[in-house]
Amino acid sequence: MNYIDNIAFAILLIIGIGFFVKNSKKIVRNIKLGKKIDRFDLSNERFKNMLKIALGQSKMVKRPVAGILHIIVYAGFIIINIEVLEIIIDGLFGTHRVFSVLGGFYSFLIGSFEILALLVLASVIIFWIRRMVLQIPRFWNKEMKGWPKNDALYILYFEMVLMSLFLIMNAADYNLQALNADHYTIAGSFPISQFIAPLLSNLSETSLIVIERTAWWLHIGGIFIFLNYLYYSKHLHILLAFPNTYFANLKPKGQLTNLEAVTNEVKLMMDPSADPYAVPDENAALPDKFGASDVADLNWVQLMNAYTCTECGRCTAVCPANITGKELSPRAIMMKTRDRLEEVGANIDKNGKFIDDDKQLLNDYIKAEEIWACTSCNACVEACPVNIDPLSIIIDLRRYLVMEQSAAPQGLNMMMTNIENNGAPWQYNQMDRLNWKDE
Amino acid sequence: MNVPTMAEMTAQGKQPDVLFWVGCAGSFDDRAKKITKAFVKILNKANVEFAVLGTEESCTGDPAKRAGNEFLFQMQAMTNIEILNAYEVKKIVTACPHCFNTLKNEYPQLGGKYEVMHHTEFLKSLLDEGKITIEGGKFKGKRITFHDPCYLGRANDVYEAPRSLIEKLEVELVEMKRCKSDGLCCGAGGAQMFKDAEKGDKEIYVERTEEALEVAPNIIATGCPFCNTMITDGIKATNQEESVQVLDIAELIANAEDL
Repeated sequence: MNYIDNIAFAILLIIGIGFFVKNSKKIVRNIKLGKKIDRFDLSNERFKNMLKIALGQSKMVKRPVAGILHIIVYAGFIIINIEVLEIIIDGLFGTHRVFSVLGGFYSFLIGSFEILALLVLASVIIFWIRRMVLQIPRFWNKEMKGWPKNDALYILYFEMVLMSLFLIMNAADYNLQALNADHYTIAGSFPISQFIAPLLSNLSETSLIVIERTAWWLHIGGIFIFLNYLYYSKHLHILLAFPNTYFANLKPKGQLTNLEAVTNEVKLMMDPSADPYAVPDENAALPDKFGASDVADLNWVQLMNAYTCTECGRCTAVCPANITGKELSPRAIMMKTRDRLEEVGANIDKNGKFIDDDKQLLNDYIKAEEIWACTSCNACVEACPVNIDPLSIIIDLRRYLVMEQSAAPQGLNMMMTNIENNGAPWQYNQMDRLNWKDE
Repeated sequence: MNVPTMAEMTAQGKQPDVLFWVGCAGSFDDRAKKITKAFVKILNKANVEFAVLGTEESCTGDPAKRAGNEFLFQMQAMTNIEILNAYEVKKIVTACPHCFNTLKNEYPQLGGKYEVMHHTEFLKSLLDEGKITIEGGKFKGKRITFHDPCYLGRANDVYEAPRSLIEKLEVELVEMKRCKSDGLCCGAGGAQMFKDAEKGDKEIYVERTEEALEVAPNIIATGCPFCNTMITDGIKATNQEESVQVLDIAELIANAEDL
């Protein structure tokens, strides 16, 4: 027996999974840079949400064409991966089609995988056409230039290649089975690849084995590369969609958090018995920064949101500010948050801890003009198929600008002064509030 | 017009069934005052025991909070809560979705726990209890489209109450392309009402009004004084003042029977 293949496979497996685990730990560490927020309550409701939205794709189908194509690719991805299990066992132990002991059920499985593979291939080609030929506007906003555009295309090409390799592998196998080749068990059904098989029928047994083995190795190798590509890509959503929907906000969308640090201050201000000259407690923690200017000021769910975003642009397509030509794009808010978070992560990797780099999320990534264009209408939150909340980040950045920097636009400063002075956003006397009754 | 205040009611030893939170727009904005009065007319006709805070009412703090000024918001909230709790208010109705959202969702954590209803929900409950009847009257047969206020719709999932009231008017209710949870904002929320729009190529209220005009309505109905202002501006910008009216649901009901 020749064990080189098995050893090579074991090494590939260890490297493929090892790198993935290493990078996953970095993602978890980066997400944990965020502030605490309690999203561990109501586990039943959260679990149901996850089943419905992530597994059940309930929000995807609001756009039916993209939704249904996505379900095909997603179902194909999950189901065809049962095959990966077989490949891993075969690879490690030198078996061939080890699950073929399942007999008729195995034929059913392989047959289903083939049909799914073809459907996935077709869907991915349609995705490519929608993006590159039909040029659907949300794929062509200005934040989609360069890497984000290429990233999207690489993913589509990857899937096309993986599905093609799977079918070519089966087609070669189909021919080898027909030739009664040694080691090639008669197993499986090949509803799709039997039509590719005739293209290979003139080849010798050796050539067929070379094709089958090459396709097999490239297929599993491709899967490991794809697995590790996730870390660099928007495609992380295939994993993070699940925790992201689980930990998503369950409260009414209109409800913003009430900052606790502010509540304490305001209570003190309004308490007639408070001693204004009291010496602050020396052991008291330094007051928190109000609002957010960098990623570490956001909470961990907001940071997970950034990693989960797959840049589909449904949020931006419904954003009233973006539709009317303003700088704001909710998708760009998420992309910039991730870019900054990855930069902070790389800084920690390099220095062992975060060393100030004179940059922050606000201004260096997200400009004030963007966040002041938001109408807080929640259309982006509603549109996101995986319950990402760009609005919460926008509000936290506004809080920093207003409470830490007093940098609100002029109109808002006047509005706030009026509320302080006369209890209304306009300059009317509070004593005139009931005048309408007699007008 | 009979508009008792909480102070007067308390002096008489009475407790109203519901507090009508008028809001800043409803108190001061000339257009919104008409909505306030229309709503009060319906309340009086239905013999609802209500009161307003009058000069004791102050901004809920919504625009300050959305602008990022949590301090000012909480100052306003706590002052208002002190007054509301002192009057032992249990139930609040308001014709402003922004006040509605803030009172309903953001006050409880600060000690202000009330049953809060938007006026369309309240009117719907009056209708269901048989306290008011709604007939088409002068609106019968008109084409009406309803613009969902973000803070009523997406923010709080209230979509049906306003629509069921409109349908009672024996009119043709037509939906815009973007409606209910997909409704497009009028452009006023998030404190935008009080500032200049950021640089862009179009006003949001024009975009929304054009969409409404696509369904060729006689009336664009709203349930928010700010949406009303924005869509009215959109109607002016598109020169449709002669052919399309912008009315609040309370006005539709009150005007239908010439209250």
